[in-house]
Amino acid sequence: MAAETQFEQPIQRLRTRLDELRGYPDSPAKRREVQKLEQKLGRLSREIYGNLSPWQKTLVARHPARPFTLDYVRLLLRDFVELHGDRAFSDDPAIVAGFGFLGERPVAVIGHQKGRDTKEKIRRNFGMPRPEGYRKALRVLKLAEKFGRPVLTFIDTPGAYPGLDSEERGVSEAIARNLYEMARLRTPIVATVTGEGGSGGALGIGVADAVLMLEHSVYSVISPEGCAAILWKDQARAREAAEAMRITAADCKALGVIDVVIPEPAGGAHADPVAAIDAVGKAIGAALARLDALPVDALLAARYEKFRAMGIWEGASAGR
Amino acid sequence: MWFRKDKTPREPRDPKTSASLGEGLFRKCEACRETLYAKEVERNRQVCPKCGFHFRLSADERVRLLLDDDSAVHLFGDVRPGDPLKFKDSKRYRDRLREYEGKAGRPDAVVAAEGTIEGMPVVLAVLDYAFMGGSMGSVVGEVLTRSAERAVTRKSPLVIVTASGGARMQEGILSLMQMAKVSAALARLGEARLPFVCILTDPTTGGVTASFAMQGDVTLAEPKALIGFAGPRVIEQTIRQTLPEGFQRSEFLLEHGFVDAVVPRPQLKQTLATVLRLLAP
Ligand SMILES: [Zn+2]
Repeated sequence: MAAETQFEQPIQRLRTRLDELRGYPDSPAKRREVQKLEQKLGRLSREIYGNLSPWQKTLVARHPARPFTLDYVRLLLRDFVELHGDRAFSDDPAIVAGFGFLGERPVAVIGHQKGRDTKEKIRRNFGMPRPEGYRKALRVLKLAEKFGRPVLTFIDTPGAYPGLDSEERGVSEAIARNLYEMARLRTPIVATVTGEGGSGGALGIGVADAVLMLEHSVYSVISPEGCAAILWKDQARAREAAEAMRITAADCKALGVIDVVIPEPAGGAHADPVAAIDAVGKAIGAALARLDALPVDALLAARYEKFRAMGIWEGASAGR
Repeated sequence: MWFRKDKTPREPRDPKTSASLGEGLFRKCEACRETLYAKEVERNRQVCPKCGFHFRLSADERVRLLLDDDSAVHLFGDVRPGDPLKFKDSKRYRDRLREYEGKAGRPDAVVAAEGTIEGMPVVLAVLDYAFMGGSMGSVVGEVLTRSAERAVTRKSPLVIVTASGGARMQEGILSLMQMAKVSAALARLGEARLPFVCILTDPTTGGVTASFAMQGDVTLAEPKALIGFAGPRVIEQTIRQTLPEGFQRSEFLLEHGFVDAVVPRPQLKQTLATVLRLLAP
């Protein structure tokens, strides 16, 4: 990790120095020095994080200390009740789902979930869902529709799990069904890409009326490593692939794929998770308020047109 | 088993050696290695008369196979690819597209047509594996969406034939979004209570499988077609073991409940027509 986020090292060094300094006995000179270093840290963070390359953003999006779905749930929701299982095969810990109160309002939440420590990472399968994860998500989507609750999804996955069991139980079918059902679900859906928006595994909970994206998160059709392996037969050229595929939040906004870029605190969401989560909460609130104004048929028509318009081609649009 | 167990997925064939042209008197079956009369293979719908191996069909051959003679009217041929990302790997995407267009005689990896199947009007869309591995970018997404919308206005069933390596990397995230776009159009078709039959052919993987290929009211597959989400190589790298024989083939999907029937090509049109008659308005 240290090697992967080399661009963060000047920030880390400064933080360490600040921590050391704070341990010394109080004095006016110390306070001056602390203030100076804090300002420098702020400047440096803004400078480095204001100029991240697409590949660096990929690394930030994968940062092990970045807030995960359950962190958003803990800070944004009250009385969260997690629901487990797809009622067909098992429960997939790589996707969490349930209901809770956002302010006064009951909402459904569905999100990819990664783990913090090794044990948890393995239990969560590094945030790579199997079919039952998507089927659990569908179950909760249908419950939300039935009881008229809006749905919030949090996207943060390297992709759906490319394993033997995953194929055997039809991960494609599970994702495909969610795309189909989310397109016509009769309740508002707000999706937020909070980390890695990895391919079909991300989109499988990503069809929404509003799609938000944290500033340093990424959203792509294939991982930069996967793209590089195919195009150049060389995973090490992931950096180039990340550039070429236009995977950043700003790119996705420019391409008309997402609606809102949510700015992150200087130094990234992991540097100040509470502020990052708060910003996401506010953006979700604003999106929901916009969607609440629409009757459900208008909501569905707008959702259709939103995805209908995606893509860039040439030639007459006659015959539509 | 006839199919190869090597780890490299089959590359799109050079059109010169492809079944579609069938030049020369003889050709060799890729599965049983028998030398066959080219004419006989052609008469047999590009299926090996000795072992039943299904050679890949071109999109045009597929349209001829499924639609009644002279009934096809091609649609949406004016939708042409752009280069939204200004993408370049070893070659510029734009140049690559031009090359494929030169070879294939169409601007992208999909053919759409209106016509009849045993007299029943249908909208048919066929992915062309010979064009950049049948990959789905903005054009494929747009043409499939229009096809579904056309089926709704014409109140006719929709048939899609897949053959694709998945989403097209060269159009990045826009390719991924085509999965959602087409799915939404198919959901509308479903709400109009019009049948959507999907026919899976070799190979169908990635984002195509994880969207419309698995959304059919009825799903048919040609024998021994590779059908999956992740490619076999990726799975082998993930689980660090070789895959069992027949994994991700049509028969495997039938056994696991993800396709309705495996239909040999010579019976495909008739089976499709019967299904449509049973479901269409
Ligand atoms: Zn043969």
